[in-house]
Amino acid sequence: MTSISEDSDKEKVRSVSVDLNNDASLVIDIPDALCERDKVKFTIHIKTTLSSFQKSEFSVPRQHEDFIWLHDTIVETEEYAGLIIPPAPPKPDFEGPREKMHKLGEGESSMTKEEYAKMKQELEAEYLAVFKKTVQVHEVFLQRLSSHPMFRKDRNFQIFLEYDQDLTVRRKNAKEMFGGFFKNMVKSADEVLISGVKEVDEFFEQEKIFLLDYSSKIKDATAKAEKMTRSHKNVADDYNHISGAMNSIAADNNTAFKKHLEKCAEVFEKLRKLEDRVASDQELKLTELLRYYTRDIQAAKDLLYRRARALADYENSNKTLDKARLKGKDIAQAEENQKQCLRKFDKLSESGKKELTSFKARRVVAFRKNLIEMTELEIKHAKNSMSLLQGSIEILNSN
Amino acid sequence: MSGGCGRNPPPFPDNEDQEAELDTRVLDSDEDDDDEGEDIFTGARSKPITPTSAPDEGDIFSEEGSYIRSDVHHATNGLHSDEELDLFTEATVELTLTNTTSQGRREIIGPTASACNTTHVPNSILKPSIVTKTMEELEEEESGDQFELNIAVTNPEKIGDGMNAYMSYKVSTQTTLPMFLNKTFSVRRRFSDFLGLYEKISAKHSLLGCIIPPPPQKSVVGMTKVKVGKEDSSSAEFVEKRRAALERYLQRVVAHPSLLQDPDVREFLERDELPRAVNTQALSGPGLLKMINRASDAVNKMTIKMNESDNWFESKLQEVENEEQLLRRLHAAVDSLVNHRKELCLNTAVLRKSVAMLGSVEENSALSRALSQLAEVEDKMEQLHQQQAFSDFFILAELLADYVRLLGAVRCCFEQRMKVWQRLQEAQSTLQKKREAEAKLLWANKPEKLQQAKDDINEWESKVSQYERDFERVTCTVRKEVLRFEKEKARDFKQHIVKYLESLLHTQHRLVKCWEAFLPEAKAIA
Repeated sequence: MTSISEDSDKEKVRSVSVDLNNDASLVIDIPDALCERDKVKFTIHIKTTLSSFQKSEFSVPRQHEDFIWLHDTIVETEEYAGLIIPPAPPKPDFEGPREKMHKLGEGESSMTKEEYAKMKQELEAEYLAVFKKTVQVHEVFLQRLSSHPMFRKDRNFQIFLEYDQDLTVRRKNAKEMFGGFFKNMVKSADEVLISGVKEVDEFFEQEKIFLLDYSSKIKDATAKAEKMTRSHKNVADDYNHISGAMNSIAADNNTAFKKHLEKCAEVFEKLRKLEDRVASDQELKLTELLRYYTRDIQAAKDLLYRRARALADYENSNKTLDKARLKGKDIAQAEENQKQCLRKFDKLSESGKKELTSFKARRVVAFRKNLIEMTELEIKHAKNSMSLLQGSIEILNSN
Repeated sequence: MSGGCGRNPPPFPDNEDQEAELDTRVLDSDEDDDDEGEDIFTGARSKPITPTSAPDEGDIFSEEGSYIRSDVHHATNGLHSDEELDLFTEATVELTLTNTTSQGRREIIGPTASACNTTHVPNSILKPSIVTKTMEELEEEESGDQFELNIAVTNPEKIGDGMNAYMSYKVSTQTTLPMFLNKTFSVRRRFSDFLGLYEKISAKHSLLGCIIPPPPQKSVVGMTKVKVGKEDSSSAEFVEKRRAALERYLQRVVAHPSLLQDPDVREFLERDELPRAVNTQALSGPGLLKMINRASDAVNKMTIKMNESDNWFESKLQEVENEEQLLRRLHAAVDSLVNHRKELCLNTAVLRKSVAMLGSVEENSALSRALSQLAEVEDKMEQLHQQQAFSDFFILAELLADYVRLLGAVRCCFEQRMKVWQRLQEAQSTLQKKREAEAKLLWANKPEKLQQAKDDINEWESKVSQYERDFERVTCTVRKEVLRFEKEKARDFKQHIVKYLESLLHTQHRLVKCWEAFLPEAKAIA
C-alpha cells in the first residue's frame, strides 16, 4: 500500500491543459491518492461557491472506475452531442513498479544492504512517477468538466462530486444501459466520416481533414516519445550499475586508485538521479502532453462523427419526406421528423464550431505551457549536471 | 599505463622523405623544429657519462643498460640493413649516450606522472587541441630533463581486395630519445606485425617477470566485413576501434622502461619493411586467453606449494584475481551503457522525424514553427548522444577492457615466477639425487663412475645457484613490475575518469545551449 501526497512536488498546477482552476466558483483538485493492490482511490477535494452544492468545501474518495462511469454517462447524453467530451483518464498502470517490487522481494536475500536500499529507493521513485501521472490525468478530466459551462451543471457530475457513498451501485445500472450502444456508435462512425458524407460547411471540411491527419501524426509522436524516455531511463539505470560496480572495486582496494573510483562512483550515483529526473520530466511534459492530446483529438473527431451522423440522419429524413410526399402517406410525421433532424444538425454544427475553435486555442496554450516548462526543467537539470561534474573534476584533479 | 609521456604528437611535418634518408641523425640538426631537442642533447652531453654501475641485481634499468650495450654492437645491422657506414660512426656516439638514456628513462618515470595530465583521446576527438598541448609540452620539457616519445597509429588503409585484403596502419613516432635515428618518423604496419612484436617481446621478457602488455584481439567477424568491402558504419567503427587499440598497445609497450630498450621494439617503430609475422594464430584473442589460463592451471596443479617468505606474493595475486573479476563486471555495465546510449540516439532520431511531421501538419503557425524547432533540438541531441556514446566506449569501456587483459598479463607474470621457482625446485631435487648417487657409488666402491658423479654434482650445483639467482631476480622484478603497474593504473584511471567526466560535462554544456536556444521559440507560441 502506498500513499502519495502531492506536497513534495512544488509544481502544483500540473495540468496538461490550461489552468482550469481559475474560476473560483468551482475548484477541484486531487491532493491525495491511495494504491490498494489493484485499486487506486483518489481523494477529490472540492471548493465551491455554487448554491447547487450542499457544502462549500468537502472531499470525497473515488475510484478510477467511477471516473469511467461519469465519462460514459456524459458521452451517452444526447444533449452533449455537440460538445467535445473530455477524454476519459486511462487506467492507472502500476505494472512496471509492481514487477520491480517482485524482483526486489525475490532478490532480497542475495543483495547487500546498500543495494537493497538503493533498489527500494528506485522503486519508490518509479511509483511516485506513475502516481503523478495518473493523478494529473484524473484531475484534468474533472477540471475540464468543472470549467465547461454546460458540463459543470451536469447532474451526474454533481452526483460524482457529492454522493458521499460508494458509487458502485449506481454504476452498475448505468453500464447495462449504455454499454453496447456506445461501442456500436464508434464503430460505424468511422465509416460515416470516411465514406465522405457530402460536407456543406467549409469550416467542418477543413477541420475533418486537419483532425484526421493530426490524429495519426500525434499518435505516432506519442509512441516515439515514449520510446525515447524509456531509453533515457535505461541509461540512468546503467549509471546505477556502474556506480555499484565501481564501489565494489574501491572497497577491495586501499590506494589512490580507490579514491578515484570512489569519487567516480559518487558522480555516477548523482548523475543517475539527474538523468532519471530528465527522463521523467520529459515524460510528464512532452509524452504526457502528446498522449493527452491524442485522446483529446479523438474526442474532437467523435464530435465530427456525431455531427456527420446527424447530417446523414437529416439527409435520410429528407428522402423519407420525399417518399411520403410521393405516396401521400404520413407526410406530417415525415415533415416533423425532418424538422427535428435539421434542428439537431444545426445545433450540433453551431456548438461544434464553438467547441472546435476553443479547442484549437486550448491546444496551442497547452503546448506552449508544457514546452516552456519542459525546456526550463531540461536547462535546470543540465546545469545541475554541469556543476556536479565540474566540482568532481576539480576534486579529482587536485588529488 | 599507456604512453611513455603519452601525449598525442603534434601533426607531423611530412615525414615520408625522412623515412628514406636515415643518414641524418638528428643530433645537432639545423632543421630541428623543436628546439628543446637540442637543449636536451647538449644537456645530456654535459652530464658525466658514467655507465650506470649495477651493484644491486634488482635494478632493472642497469640490467637493461648492459643488455643494450651489447646489443648495440651486434644488432645495429639488423636495424637498418641498408645503411652501414653512417650507422657505425653513429653507433659509437649512441654507445655513450645509451647510459644517459637509462638515466634519462629513470627521470621520466618520476616527473611523468605529474607532467602528463593530458588526454589519451583517439586522434579523431582531440585534433583541435593538439597545438595547445604542444606548447604545454615545450614548457614542461624546458623545466626537466625529459625524453619524449610519442606514438600515434593513424591512417588505416585497406590494401588489396577480397579475402587476402588487410588493413595497413601508419605508426608515427616522435621522439627526442637518442637511440632512434630520427626525431620523427613513421612506418606502415599491419595487425599481424603487432602480434609478431608481442610474440618477440613475450619470448624475451616474460621469463624475467615483466608484465607484457597484451595486444588487441583478433576478430574474424570484424575483419571479414572490412575485407569484403562493406563500407558501412559498423566496419568503420571496427577499424577505428582497432586503430585506437593498436595505439594504446604501443603506448603501453614504450611506457615500459625495459621494453622500450628492446631492439625489436625499435625495429618495429623504425624499420621500413618487417618480415611477415607468421604463426600469430596462437595469439588471437581466444588463443591468448587459453595460454594465460593454461599457465594458471599448471600452477594450480603444482604439488609442491611455494614456501613464501612473506605473504606479499600470495595476497597480491589474490588481489589481482579479485580485481580482474570486478573489472569485468564494471566493463559489462559500461558496455550496457554504450548500447543504451546508442539506442537513445536512434530513438531520438526517430522522434525528431515524428515531431517534424507533427509540426508540418499543425495549423497554428507559431506552434508549427516551435515544433519544427523542437525537431531541430532533437536532431542536435541525437548528435550529442552519438558523441557521448563514442566517449563512453573509447574513454571508459576500452580502458576497462584493456585492464581486464592487463590484469591477466599480471597474473602471467606471477606464474612465470612460479615456473622459475619450480625449475629451481627440480634442480635442487636433481642435485640431491646426484649426491645420493655419489654416496651410493662411494659405498659400492666403483671409482671409475665416481668422477662422472662428481662432475654431475658440480654441474648441478652451479645450476642450482644459477636458478637461485634467477629466482631472486625474478622475484625482485615481479615486485617492481607490480608496483609500477599499480602506479600506472592509478594514474591511467584517474586520467581517463577525468577525461570521461569532461566529456559528460561537454555534452551537458551543449545540451544547455540547445535548450536555451529553443526556449524563446517555445515562448513565442501564441
